[in-house]
Amino acid sequence: MLTADAIRLIIDAYKKKLPRIFQYIVLVIVTLVIIVPIVIMVFGALKTRGEMFLNPYTLPIPAHWENFAQVLNTPSFWTMLINSLVVMVVSTAGVLITASMAAFVFARLQFKGKEVAFNFLTLGLMFPITVAIMPVYLVIRQMQLIDSLWAVILVQTAFGIAGNTLILRGFFLSIPMELQDAAAIDGCSAFGFFWRILLPLAQPALAAVGALTMIVSWNDLLTPLVLLNSDKLWTLPLGTMQFQGQYSSDMALTAAFVTLSALPAILFYMVAERQIVAGLTAGAIKG
Amino acid sequence: MEIPDSRRAPRLSRNIQDNLVVALFLAPAFILFIIFLIYPIFRSVYFSFFSWNGLGPATEYVAFNNYVRILTDPVFLKGIGNCIVIVVLSLVIQIPLALLLSIMVGRDLPGRAFFRSIFFMPYVISEVITGIIWISMFSPDPQRGFINALLILIPGIHAQNFLGDINQVMACVFVVLTWKYFGLHMLLFMAGLQNIPREVEEAAMIDGANRWQLIQYITVPLLSTTIRTATYLSVLGSLTQFNLVWIMTTGGPVNASEMMATYMYSHAFLRFQLGYGSAVALVMLIFCLIFSVIYQLLNRRPDPLSGI
Repeated sequence: MLTADAIRLIIDAYKKKLPRIFQYIVLVIVTLVIIVPIVIMVFGALKTRGEMFLNPYTLPIPAHWENFAQVLNTPSFWTMLINSLVVMVVSTAGVLITASMAAFVFARLQFKGKEVAFNFLTLGLMFPITVAIMPVYLVIRQMQLIDSLWAVILVQTAFGIAGNTLILRGFFLSIPMELQDAAAIDGCSAFGFFWRILLPLAQPALAAVGALTMIVSWNDLLTPLVLLNSDKLWTLPLGTMQFQGQYSSDMALTAAFVTLSALPAILFYMVAERQIVAGLTAGAIKG
Repeated sequence: MEIPDSRRAPRLSRNIQDNLVVALFLAPAFILFIIFLIYPIFRSVYFSFFSWNGLGPATEYVAFNNYVRILTDPVFLKGIGNCIVIVVLSLVIQIPLALLLSIMVGRDLPGRAFFRSIFFMPYVISEVITGIIWISMFSPDPQRGFINALLILIPGIHAQNFLGDINQVMACVFVVLTWKYFGLHMLLFMAGLQNIPREVEEAAMIDGANRWQLIQYITVPLLSTTIRTATYLSVLGSLTQFNLVWIMTTGGPVNASEMMATYMYSHAFLRFQLGYGSAVALVMLIFCLIFSVIYQLLNRRPDPLSGI
């Protein structure tokens, strides 16, 4: 798509200081490439099966909400939504608690073997969950936790620790040391400093880490796919995948299901974009 | 009377207290980390020397046979090849594209926040949904697949089979990966650009640098840390790519889009070759480790920033 010619064109545009119009044309094209696939799906969800076949790419006028109603009337959709929510909330809480505690120790306290312990933990950055899922499956089996939401929660939490400890440590380091000294002089214990001073100050960082962890958990497919069997426990991504396989002939209904299952993430993104962006950039710059 | 007491004791008790805090605060993170990351790897090493279907204890010791089988299986070698193809394409196309677009948006183009929001949106949408959206985009039937609907408007061009064509499927996978992830890289680059002092660029302009020289000698070198991070994320993600490929093609047709991870998944969890699957996982792990070590070594080289 972006050939050498196009690149040269862009550079030339800079050279000649062409008006901004040119930049906007490129950006609008990219915007269309991003948005069109999503829009087609949403439009499809608002059509009947017949309309979808006859006029697949037109505006859905009049809009048919039956597909959405049908999905929302399926009890299993709600079960999956709730499962996803439970997993997301608990594993995000788990990551926030464990990572902030570890980050505090690495940023603020001196002890023997600190360097070694920290390097050991950052080993975790080298193992994406895909590489480790097979070994993890064996251990979850051994613990007889297969087919339980706890398995998914524990694994997601464990894999969120390394990266988020690193992000939070960076943030904790930026809080002036004088504050800790002052707190110590006033008789504040290490725990008191962490709980009463550091965490309240770190709220933006915690929000960023939390938002990022929520997205990762909400979208996770592989962990539930490998660790869960019974459809009562399926999370939304897992259920969406199965639904697509089962109803692939009914494109309009599939589109409605996919739209509804994408909706929470998109709404969340609109609300928490700032936090998500902050979390990602902090991770990238510190990592 | 109590005040001197608590003043005399503190040295010792503070120390003990601090060490207790260290231990208690690190314990949750390290326990989870060890149980679910470190221990599993070692357990897998053990099982990788067995032929084991997961029923009953593993008794059939096969020494290094699993590893020999992996490294001589053309399907796995194809998987390595495809992973490398994705790595190379990402580094040659995806990251430069993101870099170019982020430079283009710059720091003060009106509407930059809007474009950033749109470009980054696919990152937030799950791989399952992304995969399903693009299965229909790539559908060979122009009534279902938008891309073919556009293509057949061009005279002399027929509808393509895309995901069903062994020669096109990897290109399609790469298009979707780019659609989903270039926004992430662009976001990182935009944040990095924000950190470049305006004065440096202005000084270069005053010295007569043109726009292209500015990008080549100022912007890109100053972004090198961000570029390295993007490269790291991209390579590791490509080596371990599973979700999108599994949803769109399950590695097919005829293994044409097989990745290391899809190979691992289908052997371990569809054919229940848990011993063999363990060995495959460890081979993948070694690839990631090798890359990480190379990355660390390259990163130790003097920072180009120090020269400026």
